[in-house]
Amino acid sequence: MTASAQMREPAMELRGVSVNFGSVRALQDIDIKVYPGEVHCLLGDNGAGKSTLIKVLSGVYRPSKGEILVDGKPVTFRSPRDAQELGVATVFQDLGMISLMSITRNFFLGREPTKSSLPFSRIDKERANTIARQAMADIGIDVRDPTQAVGTLSGGERQSVAIARAVHFGARVLILDEPTSALGVHQAAMVLKFIIEARMRGLAVIFISHNIHHAYPVGDTFTLLNRGRNRGTYAKSDISRDEVISIMSGGEDLKAVEAEIAGLLAQIGNRPPAAP
Amino acid sequence: MAVVEDKAIPPGELKATDRFGMTSKRAAGADERLASTGKLTQWLRRPEAGAAGGLLATIIIFALLPGAANLYSLQGSMTFLTLSAELGILATAAALLIIAGEFDLSVGSMVGFAGVVIGLTVKYWGLPLWGGIACAFAVAIFTGYLNGLIVVKTRLPSFIVTLATLYILRGLSIGITRAVTGRTQIPYILEGAPDPATAGIFNGHLLTGLFHWMGAQGWIATRSDGIPFVAGIPMSIVWWLGLTVLAGYVLTQTKYGNWIFATGGDLIAARNVGVPVDRVKISLFVYTACAATLLATIQVMEAGSADTTRGLLKEFEAIIAAVIGGVLLTGGYGTVYGVLFGALIFGLVQMGIFYTGIDTDWFKVFLGIVILMAVLVNNYIRLKALGRGGGK
Repeated sequence: MTASAQMREPAMELRGVSVNFGSVRALQDIDIKVYPGEVHCLLGDNGAGKSTLIKVLSGVYRPSKGEILVDGKPVTFRSPRDAQELGVATVFQDLGMISLMSITRNFFLGREPTKSSLPFSRIDKERANTIARQAMADIGIDVRDPTQAVGTLSGGERQSVAIARAVHFGARVLILDEPTSALGVHQAAMVLKFIIEARMRGLAVIFISHNIHHAYPVGDTFTLLNRGRNRGTYAKSDISRDEVISIMSGGEDLKAVEAEIAGLLAQIGNRPPAAP
Repeated sequence: MAVVEDKAIPPGELKATDRFGMTSKRAAGADERLASTGKLTQWLRRPEAGAAGGLLATIIIFALLPGAANLYSLQGSMTFLTLSAELGILATAAALLIIAGEFDLSVGSMVGFAGVVIGLTVKYWGLPLWGGIACAFAVAIFTGYLNGLIVVKTRLPSFIVTLATLYILRGLSIGITRAVTGRTQIPYILEGAPDPATAGIFNGHLLTGLFHWMGAQGWIATRSDGIPFVAGIPMSIVWWLGLTVLAGYVLTQTKYGNWIFATGGDLIAARNVGVPVDRVKISLFVYTACAATLLATIQVMEAGSADTTRGLLKEFEAIIAAVIGGVLLTGGYGTVYGVLFGALIFGLVQMGIFYTGIDTDWFKVFLGIVILMAVLVNNYIRLKALGRGGGK
């Protein structure tokens, strides 16, 4: 899979991207290539620079240095809207869903289908509802009433609406920020299934996750971030699940913490808990 | 918002095929939850439900009190409808802005200032009425734009920014008027104006023929000369209803309306999907200032004079009518039809207390209680709309 993908042109590429916030170097000299039909996992502990990287990819932040290429052409994103117009869609952790608005209104927000091109022409609600319901059905969610408020949906359903929206509007690069982190097992499975579907449709998927059970099965390529630097990109065949786990959880640091806790427990083991 | 947990199956026991074959189970779960929506809940989900109920209660209460016959007579009705209309013109605009997540406290001062602009340009520059009115609207567009621009650029709360505008506009009204005329009022504006017909658009009546005919038939009260006491439907009511229908259409049927909800619902999310949130806000600040100017024009044309103190405290009354009408103060939720009911409640209570002979000092006490009840009802309805609650 990855071998054949490498032959093609990357759908999206970062070259030597750095982001500074004042004196803080959030990202330094990052190179990443994402290919169509590939799930590219971004891994790293808290503070590794994942969030900053997502915001660069999605057009929220502009890099202090380096360039972004889409289909081999250098681009500048002035806003997330610019990125979307080039087919780079991001599903943020907070989902970008407005709870008091209906599924359909959320689905089409910013791209409402109207019946004519006049400035105050009507939204074609019938068509919008039909399309939204169909797009949701495509990913296995039966929405009987697309006019119900998004706030009434479960976390997994909301995530699915957000992904369905991105795919429906022609995303070629889909960036998912911790899409399964707040979900139960079934819902996470649903989202993972959809990630695979998106990949099969030829999308380049950038998948950020803390959960190895979610990231490893669907990932084709793994990029490891640490303290704002790229520590290497590996094909799945080049890295084992255990290696990924070790890197994601901070590697040897965790063993040190475990030893420390064990020592602490041994020390206090015989003493009863202190009275409140 | 609590995540609905399904029967827990340890991830380790799941094979890949199992994991991806679960959509039908999930779909069945979603259906069960949807089925619980009753008719009453659906009706209560409408944000204007509380205001409609409140209006009904107010109508009944005043029907039982003394003075009901006068209050609900044609003349009495037109009086409270006119009061509601004048407030409603402001409140509809305020409501759209609140739904978009901002306040405009300067509308009351804008009413005074726009009146002064019309008065001075017509009386002292010799402009025709339409010219004076055009100047006032130009000033309103500029003021609204400035309010909006400062709010979106500085990200200061609009509460503070427009509070400053409130004082600046009121001060300018009084200062300029006194400097030019030596007084704080500009009387006899309509006298000698070359286009008195223009005034009719704002102070005239609709269906005068019908009302005259009804007077001739003896169906409605007339003066001794045969002219009915109520000459027709005042233009202020026509403007109010027209603007309400227009605003209602824009809010619920157009793309721009969708953006208004989104801007107030979640600014960042709206911006991320490409909604021009700054433009939405600025345009609504322009609308509130223009609504204030429309009200000022109606008042100036009706009274024939401008007064620097006009519109005092109207900004709060507009916000109150919007809140009674079910508009969420935190933005993102509301309807202009609810605001129509809110303005009606306001007008009805104000006139109703007058007709019942209760000391009008008590109006404000009543108003305070109504506001508190409206907010409680709104909160309840919003929780209903989101099921058990949660969300923003």
